Amino acid sequence: MTVVPMVEAELFEPRRNTDTVVARRLDVREDPTWARLSVIAVTVIFLGVFIVLPLLNVFAQAFAKGAAAYYGALSAPDTLSAIRLTLVVAVISVGANALFGLIAAWAITKFEFRGKNLLVTLIDLPFSVSPVIAGLVFVLLFGLQGYLGPWLSDHNIKIIFALPGIVLATIFVTFPFVVRELIPLMQEQGTEQEEAALSLGASGLRTFIRITLPNVKWALLYGVLLCNARAMGEFGAVSVVSGHIRGQTNTMPLEVEALYNGYQSAAAFAVASLLALLALVTLVTKIIFEAHIAKGRTP
Amino acid sequence: MSRMSSTAAVIRRKSVIPGFEITLWTTLFWLSLIVLIPLGSLALKTAELSVAQFLDVVTSRRALHAFELSFGLSFAAACVNLVFGTIVVWALVRYRFPGRRLLDAVVDIPFALPTAVAGIALTSLYAESGWVGSLLAPLGVKVAFTPLGIFVALVFIGLPFVVRTVQPVLEDIDKELEEASASLGASRWTTIRRVLFPGILPALLTGFSLAFARAVGEYGSVIFIAGNLPNVSEIAPLLIVIRLQEFHYADATAIAVVMLLVSFSMLFVVNALQRWSEVRLGRRP
Repeated sequence: MTVVPMVEAELFEPRRNTDTVVARRLDVREDPTWARLSVIAVTVIFLGVFIVLPLLNVFAQAFAKGAAAYYGALSAPDTLSAIRLTLVVAVISVGANALFGLIAAWAITKFEFRGKNLLVTLIDLPFSVSPVIAGLVFVLLFGLQGYLGPWLSDHNIKIIFALPGIVLATIFVTFPFVVRELIPLMQEQGTEQEEAALSLGASGLRTFIRITLPNVKWALLYGVLLCNARAMGEFGAVSVVSGHIRGQTNTMPLEVEALYNGYQSAAAFAVASLLALLALVTLVTKIIFEAHIAKGRTP
Repeated sequence: MSRMSSTAAVIRRKSVIPGFEITLWTTLFWLSLIVLIPLGSLALKTAELSVAQFLDVVTSRRALHAFELSFGLSFAAACVNLVFGTIVVWALVRYRFPGRRLLDAVVDIPFALPTAVAGIALTSLYAESGWVGSLLAPLGVKVAFTPLGIFVALVFIGLPFVVRTVQPVLEDIDKELEEASASLGASRWTTIRRVLFPGILPALLTGFSLAFARAVGEYGSVIFIAGNLPNVSEIAPLLIVIRLQEFHYADATAIAVVMLLVSFSMLFVVNALQRWSEVRLGRRP
């Protein structure tokens, strides 16, 4: 504590009296105690009231009518159907985005080409589009009065108010998640390892599976984690394309809305508590993944 | 990635790495299918309206009120997040206290919590029978089912954008700068104002823009607490949904286009800010 700062401080101000030098050196980046305490207090109160309290409220309301009502709400047929649909939608859309993310990141990070910055910007675009608009665009295309609506209904294909529409809207809103985790890491890692493997005679696919994939494993999982959380929790976009048919096209967030608007508050919060739990598990896993990614960067 | 390579005549560096054509074309195909063609349908639909019709829709009393509400409250919420977000960042980066890492994780909750869950949680919290609402009711403050409720929801969802943008920048600021400033006789307050603040300013503005853009488009966490009265507490995204349910596709699209134009200009501002800060920090010529 005392020796190192003194040496450092003496480099800066060699002519000062040592005692005052030490005192000043320790104080320079330190705020007065009253300021520290008020900043910490404001932080605790603000985060407590605005973020922690709503989260606690979810669980308090979910068990407001007791544990039996809680389990009753979760085992209702409509709830189970919503859970099943949410899982199906998440598996398809996360899978699609993971695959796309790897392919796009390969093209973007392993090669130089014109318009690359534009391509990256376009991939990021869905993040700046309101979820409601993300749903709207698919209604414009595939809705009954949409551009392809008449053709689709002639051929008896249902997209809007059915699973394909929900999946499309979900893929849209989660589009950038995986690829934006992969690009910076693969950029950093360069192409030397792949080039070495290829020059030793490995095929392109083998190089990808044995070299690239292990190198980006944690970043890929990190992207998949965030993508999955959003896919399971998406409300606005899915709400526009789903049609809200309970037991059929209601995902978990939509079922929460249906129950809540039907004055079944405890049941709504019971389903909501599952989604809140998913969020908490996601956050904890995220912290673990971040540690692995940091370790991978500084071997 | 550098600007040199994109302007140079070399389209593609000669590389032994395979798969350029197939991965690039797959990327472009999938991007077009999921993002570009659907967004293009907005332009197509808008083109069906004459300029007068378009203006009629977006300047109707109800639409104007929805825009005013959405943009105004989003701006106010982003301002609050700017102030409190900075305080939170300062505490998380500069101080060591018990529970700091937990609070750091708490900041991400609005990112991770599904918006519908946040919506009903905030509504029941601020309703007159709720934990917070019952404390505010005797003071005559009504939050749930008023524009104030919308504001609370927008503060909730916007906070992580400011914190996560500013935090790494404050962490990276060279401590020698502060020491130099202090050793030259500046007071602590002057150092914060003249040395630290300019350093984090681009990040503050970026975080503000991101929080604002997110708030403008937000739907799930808002509609439960808003009350949704036309001309009083009806946000623009909700008006889009209502017009769609009435099968007025063109009206819904016109409102969406106005919102998208605002979002994209915010995106443009964010990019410009980032470039500006990189130039200032000397990371880019």
